[in-house]
Amino acid sequence: MVTAAITDARAVAEGVVDPEMPMLTLADLGVLRGVDTAEDGTVVVTITPTYSGCPALDEMRADLRRRLHAAGHERVDVRTTFSPPWTTDFISDGGRRKLAEAGVAPPAHLGPRAAGPVPLTLVAPSRTVACPRCGAPDTEETSRFGPTACTALRRCRSCAEPFEHVKEI
Amino acid sequence: MAPPMMHSDDTDPAHHDENVYDALATADDDGRWAFGTGFDAGTAEIDAPAPDGVDRDDLAAYCLMLADDALIASQRLSGWTAKAPELEEDVALANIALDLLGQARVLLSRAGHLGAAEPFRAGPQDDEDVLTYFRDDRAFRNVTLVETDLGDFGRTIAWILVLSSWRLALMHRLTGSRDPVLAAVAAKAVKELTYHRDYAAQWTLRLGDGTELSHARMQAGLDAVWPFVEELFLPHATERRLVDAGVAVDPAELRAEVDGVLDQVLPAATLTRPERPAVGLVGGRGGRDGVHTESLGTVLAVMQSLARAHPEATW
Repeated sequence: MVTAAITDARAVAEGVVDPEMPMLTLADLGVLRGVDTAEDGTVVVTITPTYSGCPALDEMRADLRRRLHAAGHERVDVRTTFSPPWTTDFISDGGRRKLAEAGVAPPAHLGPRAAGPVPLTLVAPSRTVACPRCGAPDTEETSRFGPTACTALRRCRSCAEPFEHVKEI
Repeated sequence: MAPPMMHSDDTDPAHHDENVYDALATADDDGRWAFGTGFDAGTAEIDAPAPDGVDRDDLAAYCLMLADDALIASQRLSGWTAKAPELEEDVALANIALDLLGQARVLLSRAGHLGAAEPFRAGPQDDEDVLTYFRDDRAFRNVTLVETDLGDFGRTIAWILVLSSWRLALMHRLTGSRDPVLAAVAAKAVKELTYHRDYAAQWTLRLGDGTELSHARMQAGLDAVWPFVEELFLPHATERRLVDAGVAVDPAELRAEVDGVLDQVLPAATLTRPERPAVGLVGGRGGRDGVHTESLGTVLAVMQSLARAHPEATW
């Protein structure tokens, strides 16, 4: 049954922002899996981690509890689920727009992975990542691993600015 | 290196007054245990019972094997933090360590849910922390490769190349496991390990096919790692039983895929596949049986000594 309380709880949970990329809400990021109420009225929020070791997960839980308590929901249970595994394809179109506006290149759409062993490609894929600042397509990867688990570092050859890229996973 | 902060209109401005330190201070009035944040127990897959017909102790032991491989590898890699050759490599190695630690935490929690932490419990810590800080070397089930000294950057790259190629082949097959935690960890690990393997392969090419000095050190690194490779493909009795139960992967099946990757990378990097006898086994028993090299003692001393000296510490 959809009650006013659950509608409100869902809106509050969807508005909580990611601790490492605060331009995105948890809903934009695609990590919010569900907001329901248990029989005793407890608000049950289910989230999924981005990377196995994402250090932001504990803070997301704490933020969700805090915001829901502040909105008047006394009993809150934040649960985690791993399945189906998060992929950058779950980042919403709105989320991609917000990333670009904040100077972070959004990930490309991956689609379903081919079956069979993961092939090793020795030549780096020539994926075009447009510069989020000047829009030029001529950018280079400076490091596959960035300041957070989900970003890579790139540099624009046109405007020479460095920027982050949410790498596809 | 933080991205430029954009406070868009649709986020609550009051929220930005709060910060992570407030959250820490209010998260738990009793304080957090100083050496772990505590993996939340409310995880659907971790709380699930062992699949029908699967021995609970076997499943716990298998989770520990895969957890300990990742935990000890992560601890070793963390040793590069703040002293890698370049800032980008420092960040990359720390990221790889973090991914592995994340895989380890879920698997340790699963092992703990199945009872593996109880023999080592002396306090109120979470299962993953009990298993990480209060087990002695004989109770660790990792393959000996992950406990070996990483040496220089060339040896570290050879170590990551072998380890990530092997673990990726393993995790790819494990996505079909009947255990929901193993399947879920594997699905995430495949994506993470693909990046780790790419990183190691690219550096193997640069160093192997680089200068005379970088070639020599990359080859020496590969030679040093090689004696520990054989153990990766030896099935343990526990693994054999769980393969039959549809839960585990037979490591012997991984050899062809790992060989294929090395046959692709090593010639392109002008490196020679070493021919060196296997080490790390005593009477056929190795890391999976708790028989380790002395290197594990060094790793555990660094990882555990502070928590053992101050088991009551909170912050």
